[in-house]
Amino acid sequence: MSWTLVFVLAGTAYFFKVLGLVVVGDRTLPPMLSRCLALIPAALLAAIVVKDTFSMGRHLVIDARAAGVAAAALAAWRKVPLIGVIVIGAAVTAVVRAVG
Amino acid sequence: MLRDPRMRQVISACITLGFAVGVFAISFGVSAVSAGASVAQACAMSLLVFTGASQFSLVSVIGSGGTPASAFGGAALLAARNGVYGLAMAPHLQGSLGKRLVAAQLTIDESTAMAVAQDDPAHRRAAFWVTGLSVYLFWNVGTFIGAELGTAIDPMKYGLDAAFPAAFVAILFPVLKDRVSRWAAITGAVVCLALIPFVPVGIPILAATVGVLFGIPDPVDDASKVAA
Repeated sequence: MSWTLVFVLAGTAYFFKVLGLVVVGDRTLPPMLSRCLALIPAALLAAIVVKDTFSMGRHLVIDARAAGVAAAALAAWRKVPLIGVIVIGAAVTAVVRAVG
Repeated sequence: MLRDPRMRQVISACITLGFAVGVFAISFGVSAVSAGASVAQACAMSLLVFTGASQFSLVSVIGSGGTPASAFGGAALLAARNGVYGLAMAPHLQGSLGKRLVAAQLTIDESTAMAVAQDDPAHRRAAFWVTGLSVYLFWNVGTFIGAELGTAIDPMKYGLDAAFPAAFVAILFPVLKDRVSRWAAITGAVVCLALIPFVPVGIPILAATVGVLFGIPDPVDDASKVAA
């Protein structure tokens, strides 16, 4: 990983934070734009979950991670705290991988 | 201020949340190092970028062989939501420019969520600052511990490659609060999976943002049509 990438992302992240809080302040955005921006986490997080669970580079695979993430999803749905969800996901993956 | 029992409750909840996030930061440190970042780079990211989902997304794409540009694209889009949080917090965080520039760095999921959950302005401001500062402290300490740990163990053996998606699942669930968000999530997931075999790593994540187009129709219009 390059330092340039780290610094460019840091600058970009701070730019967005300042843009919302300091520059735009309490002026309002067009409602359609705010509704679309509000959906970014849902669309992007779901995509990251399936990518990290079912892919290996450019190949689609089903391996121990699928079991671990399924267990994590169940835990998240049952309102287990964040750290518990992560531990369950990793532990189930490790066990399935060791057995399989 | 601390004579107010509700204020004490708010502050202790905010500090507890910061600690929990710090434990999560350990998994970021481990993941960053196993994706090829140095300990110093993992720590620099937490100090300077300080927005977990973007950091995770960056190391995840780099770790699976994506180009820096595609890794940056996804991470930047995730960081854009902090701008929306800033808009929500701006009316409650008035003050000098210097103070607001510091507040901006602390404008993240947790501080915004804790603040908007409070009913009165004093509790709201306290929740923002205490959560922001405690998450900042614990997030950075956790990252350092995780990065040091990550260089010492084999992440695959402990299923730590699944810590990424497991963490994202946990962050995703509360986001899926209405029908539109669920459609955006399903579309993002399907588009991403469908593209993985055909385009360079990282691009499917960017393409998944078409899911936000579900935000275009005005829900108030739809509701009034149904009512009529």
